[in-house]
Amino acid sequence: MKYVEEFRDGELARGLAAAVARAVEPGRSYSFMEFCGGHTHAISRYGVTDLLPAKVRMIHGPGCPVCVLPIGRVDMAIELALAHGVTLCTYGDTLRIPASQGLSLLRAKSRGADVRIVYSCADALALAQQHPNRQVVFFAIGFETTTPPTAVVIRQAQVLGLENFSVLCCHVLTPAAIGHILESPEVREYGTVPLDGFIGPAHVSTVIGSRPYEFFAEEYRKPVVIAGFEPLDVMQAILMLVNQVNEGRAEVENEFSRAVTREGNLKAQNLVAEVFELRREFEWRGLNVVPYSALRIRADYARFDAERRFPLSYRQVADNRACECGAILRGVKRPWECKLFGTGCTPENPMGSCMVSSEGACAAHYTYGRFKELAVAEA
Amino acid sequence: MSAVKRGYVRGLDLKEGRVDMSHGSGGRAMAQLIDELFAQAFANDYLGQGDDGAVLPGAPGRLVMSTDCHVVSPLFFPGGDIGCLSVHGTINDVAMMGATPLYLTAGFILEEGFPLADLKRIIDSMARASREAGVPVVAGDTKVVEQGHGDGVFITTTGLGLLPEGVNLSGSRARAGDRILVSGSIGDHGMAIMAQRESLGFSSIIVSDTQALHGLVAALLSSGAEVHALRDPTRGGLATTLNEIAQQSGVGMMLEEAAIPVNTEVAAACELLGLDPLYVANEGKLVAIIAANDAERALSVLAAHPQGARAAIVGTVHEDAHHFVQMITSFGGRRIVDWLTGEQLPRIC
Amino acid sequence: MCLALPARIVEIHGADQATIELGGVRKECSLALIDDAVVGDYVIVHVGFALTKLDPEEAEKTLALFAELGQAALAGAP
Repeated sequence: MKYVEEFRDGELARGLAAAVARAVEPGRSYSFMEFCGGHTHAISRYGVTDLLPAKVRMIHGPGCPVCVLPIGRVDMAIELALAHGVTLCTYGDTLRIPASQGLSLLRAKSRGADVRIVYSCADALALAQQHPNRQVVFFAIGFETTTPPTAVVIRQAQVLGLENFSVLCCHVLTPAAIGHILESPEVREYGTVPLDGFIGPAHVSTVIGSRPYEFFAEEYRKPVVIAGFEPLDVMQAILMLVNQVNEGRAEVENEFSRAVTREGNLKAQNLVAEVFELRREFEWRGLNVVPYSALRIRADYARFDAERRFPLSYRQVADNRACECGAILRGVKRPWECKLFGTGCTPENPMGSCMVSSEGACAAHYTYGRFKELAVAEA
Repeated sequence: MSAVKRGYVRGLDLKEGRVDMSHGSGGRAMAQLIDELFAQAFANDYLGQGDDGAVLPGAPGRLVMSTDCHVVSPLFFPGGDIGCLSVHGTINDVAMMGATPLYLTAGFILEEGFPLADLKRIIDSMARASREAGVPVVAGDTKVVEQGHGDGVFITTTGLGLLPEGVNLSGSRARAGDRILVSGSIGDHGMAIMAQRESLGFSSIIVSDTQALHGLVAALLSSGAEVHALRDPTRGGLATTLNEIAQQSGVGMMLEEAAIPVNTEVAAACELLGLDPLYVANEGKLVAIIAANDAERALSVLAAHPQGARAAIVGTVHEDAHHFVQMITSFGGRRIVDWLTGEQLPRIC
Repeated sequence: MCLALPARIVEIHGADQATIELGGVRKECSLALIDDAVVGDYVIVHVGFALTKLDPEEAEKTLALFAELGQAALAGAP
């Protein structure tokens, strides 16, 4: 597989690992937040941490849209499927998120709800065309990578004049989340979350470009290196971050130059701007309410907005009191510091969203890395 | 006046006909279905007797019995169908115990409305698989459920085999130092099925690996290599099978990702859907836990057999109180290969 | 949040649809989000849509950089 395997090469990995080890200054630690669920997954799945010096610590940020999706929004999707009898189309990632009343979309399905996994929102649109007598709703989650496709199908639905297709829009914005982290007391005042820089998300950046991160680099004096999706990209980005920190620089650098430009994909950006507008505020699981951080469908496309078509209302639902997803998403705590981790909360029985998504810090650690702290505990 | 032709029964309409409730009622229609489709296809003396049960000769030794239910959807896929799959699956379960498979039974739950042409295709495929493997279907049963209460056809197969003297294979016998072998590439069957599912719409040349492995097992056992356990990594894939054995034996395992054979197309299909080939079903592969000294010998026996092309040594068993299956990734890092959680869902993230 | 893969365009149908290929597997994908794609181009595909074209020259440069940095580090290791 071209452009995939070369970026996973073990030999090149050893070389880069040596480069990082040499770049790290003695007596200095480095903490970098990676802000892309794909990066969290790559780091765990390939064991990238094993190739890094102990002084370099990776913090998993809120880059997984499943993890930051508030329970209340999942409840809305379930309500649509169970109470309103729609055909609810969703990406596979959302199926097991635990919601209210012990339900999840998967459980709703077993109770007779018509819940379908789709690989693409285009499949949901096709379903609506094939079944004109059924109301089809697409559960739209995701950051800026996934938003343009939703915009495309909403426009297509309008052109086709579909009466039975709508979207439950839960799209969220990356820069808003980064800003929120940087503004959090733990980072700004207390210094409990030492943060020396960010690994910028790979595919979000192909859409929004590298420009939006320049603000954070300037305003907060934190370097940002946009990294490609593969483990070698991540290692290279870490090397670049270490160098920036050593040299006292705070710039935006682009490691993913083969797919990211400064401006990004303008066609996609314009399409999104045409169909969506900013919500004044939106609740993020673990981050509470964040202003101007999410999108809703514009009035011009109101026919395709499930929140307008169906009598839904958003109810805020608190997490289990012992659940530390919020702290983990902000990098304040590590998975094993949550009382529920591995006991009440496992991938089989997730209590919080960090465990449901395979990119969530807890799931990633449980699935790929929990042998490490056990080894440490025994030592 | 027309003379009533004695014993005249109009043949099954195999082109346009469908299963209906009378086929399961126990009356003439059912007898005809059994006779024209099942008995003729499976054609052996046991079935030919037409009794309620098959009388089998006594066996000179320990017996192994295994049973499987098959609900695969779609029923037909590149490389096979539910029919041959069920025959191969049960033969393999018996063979994984080290036993020589001798007899099979097959039970069918048919859905009202299921096309007879498709049923014939499935039965003929089963019969062919049974003949090629040399394991006859000696008894069977058919029931029909109302439309909407079944998925076309469900098949249950049971197999009986003879365990040679001195053979003791078990998932509880893995010991520290043992080597872990696979007989070929992983993930083929599961991805061949995925390719057929419309909603995932991709076209590829991935073919199911479904096949009966008792010949391969016999070759391995007669090589003299010290085999501790054999298992076929079906649902849940290689990862699940290894976790089961690790748990049963109270050991840990360390795999080498670079050594695990995966076909390029299977790897690509998994990438596209966000699936991990370690958890994808196989229907024509085996995992073998072999004493360290005999690993190379076992490998050459497998590789020399037509069903063992791409066989490889993929890891080692070691002491581990946590019974973790771990893996050195091709990247050089380390990770756990954990139990599968629920069902592997295609992901976008 | 970005399972996206680089794949090669092998066929273009109509205005905005393409067949892409990765490791021998083909899949349909929409080109609605990019312009001027031609057969042979590599694109990053996410949830059935091409997000951007992949620049082969930059890809080669990146790989070369990995190798160079790696070799320098390994060579200079005490």
